[in-house]
Amino acid sequence: MIADGVEDEEKWLAAGIAGLQQNAFYMHRALDSNNLRDALKYSAQMLSELRTSRLSPHKYYELYMRAFDELRKLEMFFKEETRRGCSIVDLYELVQHAGNILPRLYLLCTVGSVYIKSKEAPAKDVLKDLVEMCRGIQHPVRGLFLRSYLAQVSRDKLPDIGSEYEGDADTVVDAVEFVLQNFTEMNKLWVRMQHQGPAREKEKREKERSELRDLVGKNLHVLSQIEGIDLDMYKETVLPRVLEQVVNCKDEIAQYYLMDCIIQVFPDEYHLQTLDVLLGAFPQLQPTVDIKTVLSRLMERLSNYAASSADVLPEFLQVEAFSKLNNAIGKVIEAQPDMPILGVITLYSSLLTFTLHVHPDRLDYADQVLGACVKKLSGKEKLEDKKATKQIVALLSAPLDKYNDIVTALKLSNYPRVMEYLDSETNKVMATVIIQSIMKNKTRISTADRVEALFELIKGLIKDLDDAFHDEVDEDDFKEEQNSVARLIQLLHSDDPEEMFKIICTVRKHILGGGPKRLPFTVPPLVFSSLKLVRQLQGQEENPFGEEESTTPKKIFQVLNQTVETLSNIPAPELALQLFLQCAEAANDCDLEPVAYEFFTQAYILYEEEISDSRAQVTAIHLIIGTLQRMHVFGVENRDTLTHKATGYSAKLLKKPDQCRAVYACSHLFWVDDQDNVKDGERVLLCLKRALRIANAAQQMSNAARGSAGSVTLFVEILNKYLYFFEKGNPQITVAAIQSLIELITTEMHSDSSTLDPAADAFFASTLRYMEFQKQKGGAIGEKYEPIKV
Amino acid sequence: MNFLIEAFKPACSISIKFSDGKTRKRVPIKRENGQTLLAPLFRNQENIAGKITIEPHQGKRIEHNGVKVELLGQIEMYLDRGNFYDFTSLVRELDVPGDIYERTTYPFEFSMVEMPYETYNGVNVRLRYVLKVTVSRNYGGSIIEYLNFLVHNYSPPPSINTSIKMEVGIEDCLHIEFEYNKSKYHLKDVIIGKIFFFLVKIKIKNMDIEIRRRESTVTGATNHVETETLAKFELMDGAPVRGESIPVRLFLSPYELTPTHRNINNKFSVKYYLNLVLVDEEGLRYFKQQQITIYRLPLQDT
Repeated sequence: MIADGVEDEEKWLAAGIAGLQQNAFYMHRALDSNNLRDALKYSAQMLSELRTSRLSPHKYYELYMRAFDELRKLEMFFKEETRRGCSIVDLYELVQHAGNILPRLYLLCTVGSVYIKSKEAPAKDVLKDLVEMCRGIQHPVRGLFLRSYLAQVSRDKLPDIGSEYEGDADTVVDAVEFVLQNFTEMNKLWVRMQHQGPAREKEKREKERSELRDLVGKNLHVLSQIEGIDLDMYKETVLPRVLEQVVNCKDEIAQYYLMDCIIQVFPDEYHLQTLDVLLGAFPQLQPTVDIKTVLSRLMERLSNYAASSADVLPEFLQVEAFSKLNNAIGKVIEAQPDMPILGVITLYSSLLTFTLHVHPDRLDYADQVLGACVKKLSGKEKLEDKKATKQIVALLSAPLDKYNDIVTALKLSNYPRVMEYLDSETNKVMATVIIQSIMKNKTRISTADRVEALFELIKGLIKDLDDAFHDEVDEDDFKEEQNSVARLIQLLHSDDPEEMFKIICTVRKHILGGGPKRLPFTVPPLVFSSLKLVRQLQGQEENPFGEEESTTPKKIFQVLNQTVETLSNIPAPELALQLFLQCAEAANDCDLEPVAYEFFTQAYILYEEEISDSRAQVTAIHLIIGTLQRMHVFGVENRDTLTHKATGYSAKLLKKPDQCRAVYACSHLFWVDDQDNVKDGERVLLCLKRALRIANAAQQMSNAARGSAGSVTLFVEILNKYLYFFEKGNPQITVAAIQSLIELITTEMHSDSSTLDPAADAFFASTLRYMEFQKQKGGAIGEKYEPIKV
Repeated sequence: MNFLIEAFKPACSISIKFSDGKTRKRVPIKRENGQTLLAPLFRNQENIAGKITIEPHQGKRIEHNGVKVELLGQIEMYLDRGNFYDFTSLVRELDVPGDIYERTTYPFEFSMVEMPYETYNGVNVRLRYVLKVTVSRNYGGSIIEYLNFLVHNYSPPPSINTSIKMEVGIEDCLHIEFEYNKSKYHLKDVIIGKIFFFLVKIKIKNMDIEIRRRESTVTGATNHVETETLAKFELMDGAPVRGESIPVRLFLSPYELTPTHRNINNKFSVKYYLNLVLVDEEGLRYFKQQQITIYRLPLQDT
């Protein structure tokens, strides 16, 4: 049925066009022969085609455009006619003899245009007459098109300032009056369209109406182009009149479109100077009007205007643009209690953008906006609406983008309060945005208070905000988030150790609640940050502030101890162990023996109680050995205890090769180059011998288990240790011992049961080559090597 | 054959010429056969003077019982079997009985003729003025020649000319007020007015204004009324809403109107009405008729 309707419409349009063309043909003939009477007759008949009610606005437009073209020719003819001596006044009367009103008015407008040009009557009189007479068309579509025609033919003939039609009697006031009246009437017709026809076609009609909106809006455009409208006139006449019409028409589509139109067509400075009036209209609009979009556009425009030049900023201050906008938004929200929260947030978001652009120095304004937003959000559950949360993110991101500096945003007391209304997902997004902003701008956050505020903001990343299950959280995403938190922690820095310590404590306070999944990410950066501080303090020779200084490495280490301990509880023993060792080393550098010892103790306990995986043990033991080797703070007793333990652990590793390697590594614990008191050649040798034994055992086990001897790699490695200590001058390492080891290896390599291991062969070969090289080098070393036979 | 024709031909030709015929205004007049011809125009109490020329054909002698010219004002009622009523009848004897041998010219003059009624061509009635020249003869019948002329009477602009303003309506359905700027219009006048809509509950399609002429004729005891619509002028297209005001501007000049005639010799009257018609979407017509007076200003003869 609908398809039929469309088909019919096509048919009607075709018929209309045919009728129009036919009459246009006769009209042309009359024009060519200067036959005025016939010209009028056929033009009226031609225009009668526009009387149809059967076409949709879209199709009607097509017909109208054809008629429009023909009317241009007719207008030319009228012009010539007056040149030939026909009185324009007579002509103006003559066309009004037409019996049908629509053709009559089209003709009247056409002649009226010539009439104004002739200047035989003041333009304003003609315009006034035309706009009045057009009232006769009350049919919305036909009326709109007729008045649109009037607007079209008159727009270059308005008595604007500087126009040739301006005169004593004709002023810009008349031009404005004319356009305003035409606008008002057109809007009325347009609004009325919705009531015409059956209710079930409402949707279709609304669509058609939207298609026609530009016809109405064109009037505002014409107004905006009238040069003579200065600010006063705009303020006193134009805007109030337009707004009156907009408000009174009580139509959603019209109000939305026209408000937007006003905002778009008139200059920014006018808006600024008439903010009161303009904003005053908003609460009066229908509750269904999408005010947020319109207001947002207004603020966007004003923001851009403010951004365009610094010269205009005083204007903004002078008219108190911010408080006016703020009030207006408040009123609109009040007037529209049903406005979805999305709308509210959008409005505040725009206002915030505005104030950031216009009053970058007025943080209190920004905070005020956020506060208002909080107020509106309060009493509501966390937001479910995806769009709304997105909008909040935009709202909260605005200050960051503007100031490139989280520090400023941190001063906004309402900022975190807004964030509270985000669901945890969005909260995280927002927190990430904040962190990224900090990192991008390398913002320095150097006071504990700010850190406190900052962590309050990003707590979505720091801890689980609610009990909801987050099974769906992507592992990678989580890592990404936590890594960014870690980076953030690294960025926090103050040159003042006192303050820095406070920062550390603050961060610690926050991250400790992060739970087992987060701590492994967040604790290490904190630890390293703290260690950095320790080293900084250590660099300062004497405490310049005397006794009052409360931040001492000792104190930091206490905190660290507790911090790292939390890791062991979650459990992440390997990580905790590493950090303990790091701390121990730092304590070592600070000459704090008991602290260092304590850390080692902690590490050992972890090793003994928590680290059960053999591979992890291997890694841990090597770390322990390496760290311990570098420690110089320990007294003999402590050192003995620790090395003894380490050696013990080494020998208890599960796999023989691991044992072997750990044990020979332990040899270094007894021989430290730059520590004269740690040069116990005997125990070095003991370690190496023990390693050899283990290597042997490994070889035999391998033989027993697989029927073939294992690799000789371990022997070669031990040989290398021998050589190392030999060169270092350990008296216990003798040429003979080396010699026998070489032989042992050679024998092993040539035994039947040995498996081929090219890597081991190469290793051995290059070790031998090294020895040869050392021999040939001569000097003290060469002499040392001399007795060894390779 | 020529002889035969000759025999039935009038023995002479009669021509009537007004003395100011060259300068006098002529206006078109419709004849019964539909043709229009120009006829001289007179006013009430004007002198009607001229010359009548009688020219015998081919030197014939015309024996007559006298020559006279009559000025007749007649009302012709079509419904009354075409009877004429002469309301004016003036006679001038031009010649005593005798013979006319050659072209003879008689001057004539009716001075200050009472012609109170205007020439009128209506549906059922006609009022005309005519000059009738009669050459009376005993044999062969009298020779008669007619000449139509027109009479228009002018009125000064009325001293009292109030506007027509009226509220009309159908309860809870339609309530309008219309206003026409005057109640008396001259023939080339323009009706200015407006229609104000107080209440519109019906779906109006359009609104027209019509000019209607009511011609009443009295034939004996019967009274016959004929109404014609002379103008139909669309005022509004589409349905207005409450508070709308629609302008009226109707030029009267394109229409063939006559002045209002209240009572012409107790025979007929011609009255004019403005009829405001609202048509709804179902085609129902709502109308209100208002009488207006039409008068003729000097120098308003087409």
